[in-house]
Amino acid sequence: MTALEEVRACHAAVWQALGTVRDPELDEPLTSLGFVARCAVEDGRASVDLRLPTYFCAPNFAFLMVADAYDAVSAVPGVATTEVRLVDHFAAEAINRGVAARAGFAASFEGEATGELEELRATFVRKAVLAGTDRVVRALLASGVDRARLADLTLGEVPATADRERLRDRRRELGLPCGDGDPLLVDPETGQPVPAGELARHLGFARLTRASQEANSGVCRDMLRVRYPHIGEQEGAR
Amino acid sequence: MYEKDGEKYFVVDGHTHFWDASPENWVEGQEEYAKGWIECFHAYQGLGPQDTHWPIDRFQKYSEELMMHDLFEAGHVDVAIFQPTNLRQWYRNGFNTTEADGALAEKHPGKFLVNTYFDPREGDAGMKAFEERVKRYHCKGVKLYTAEWLGDSRGWSLKDPEASRYLEKCEELGVRNVHVHKGPTIWPLDKDAFDVSDVDYVATNFQGLNFIVEHVGLPRIEDFCFMATQERNVYAGLAVVVGGLMHARPKFFAKVMGELMFWLGEDKLIFGADYAIWEPKWQVEGFVDWTMPADDDLSDFPPLTVAQKKKILGLNAARLYDIEVPEELKLEAPKVVEPVGVPNP
Repeated sequence: MTALEEVRACHAAVWQALGTVRDPELDEPLTSLGFVARCAVEDGRASVDLRLPTYFCAPNFAFLMVADAYDAVSAVPGVATTEVRLVDHFAAEAINRGVAARAGFAASFEGEATGELEELRATFVRKAVLAGTDRVVRALLASGVDRARLADLTLGEVPATADRERLRDRRRELGLPCGDGDPLLVDPETGQPVPAGELARHLGFARLTRASQEANSGVCRDMLRVRYPHIGEQEGAR
Repeated sequence: MYEKDGEKYFVVDGHTHFWDASPENWVEGQEEYAKGWIECFHAYQGLGPQDTHWPIDRFQKYSEELMMHDLFEAGHVDVAIFQPTNLRQWYRNGFNTTEADGALAEKHPGKFLVNTYFDPREGDAGMKAFEERVKRYHCKGVKLYTAEWLGDSRGWSLKDPEASRYLEKCEELGVRNVHVHKGPTIWPLDKDAFDVSDVDYVATNFQGLNFIVEHVGLPRIEDFCFMATQERNVYAGLAVVVGGLMHARPKFFAKVMGELMFWLGEDKLIFGADYAIWEPKWQVEGFVDWTMPADDDLSDFPPLTVAQKKKILGLNAARLYDIEVPEELKLEAPKVVEPVGVPNP
């Protein structure tokens, strides 16, 4: 590779790494949400700015995104130093300082927090499992699968779509059964199969959770666009 | 009153404000938060139709004349309910106080109901002042903003024992309607600030009070609906659902309306325009015109009937607040309708 090609490849790798970081609440990558305001790599120094839909977006989720982005970018081969900055946010200073110092959430918000954020994260991965279940189930029903059969299906019997793999990934993150032989429908708390008698309720909450997540995502995307009106031109710009 | 296709709708706007967020009212040293707050609100206005957007200076502080026009002349509203948000930490005279709302209400008898607030962190003096406000402004409701900053505090919970003392006082004073608004910060910050389990807790303990969760718990609609299936005294405030989604995201609006009708039902939904974030005119007209789209994703949801829209736009709130509805605007023999959603799951 020429020097220029190497710089480009490193930049692409950093962007790809940011694409693995999700908004924990919306369950979507920062890159597709438009949350990456700037991404630059020079001489092994990666420098990333993140932006959010409002000045008052919840600081705990914001911290997770900045910290995850820092971890993902730092792990890219060829990146020697990493700087990730949240901009235009009421708690930006505390978050940026805490992440840069690898201080953890509780230390970054001394006196305002009692612990770290893993429990919060897991709560929202469980919601993502429910929402993802609705996506897979809707497609099955649309293809003519009988609703009553859903409780008997395994993950492996479901068509291999991106939605199925996304559901499998979220279940894996939580340590829930996620092999081809495991049931399509499981309780996101316990991993137990959903009994036939609980089917209607389970699918009802899956549908509701997806509606909530998507409505929330819609509001966030719209707020971001109102806040940064030129976002259409910037999005995807490397 | 709004009339369309021969049907007449009694309109109660269950969520309105008269605020002052002009720079003259910003607390020294807190300017960034005062500015950030109003700019955030202003961005929400951007989710409504383009021709209803205001310049920021008008949005920071609008006149009494403009508000009266937008609500009652142009906006079809019969009665509006003030929901205060103090924010005295950031705004010198408060952002939108009971006193400012009350002064306006007294100049226009019959147009407004004045809700007040309580904050369990204000102690005995706060309790005394709360009782005085309730009596002074004849409050039948309170609006609680649990994420409000006070000194170093980043909010409070309805589970706090002091909050229960206030709710007992509400029962005693006949303040039956408790509007709860969740915000992005709450102590401790590592927990989910939008969690509605504290509303669940007090709704169980205070069966004589109605709990209206503003913005239907957005962004936690699923938790809110789950709770509402178990608590009969929990209602959904539709501010933000109509204003933030109906125009900008019609498909998500349809999904959310479908879910709310499924889990809560037509007797538990309360319209609110959230002025001055959004004007009521386009929301009332748009909601009356709205139908559930024909779409495979929405096939679980039936269309809304005219009677259901009448309940949501005004009759439900009129019932909670004992607002007199002219005979011709009432429904004939309205029945309470149980939702389809699974009770006691």
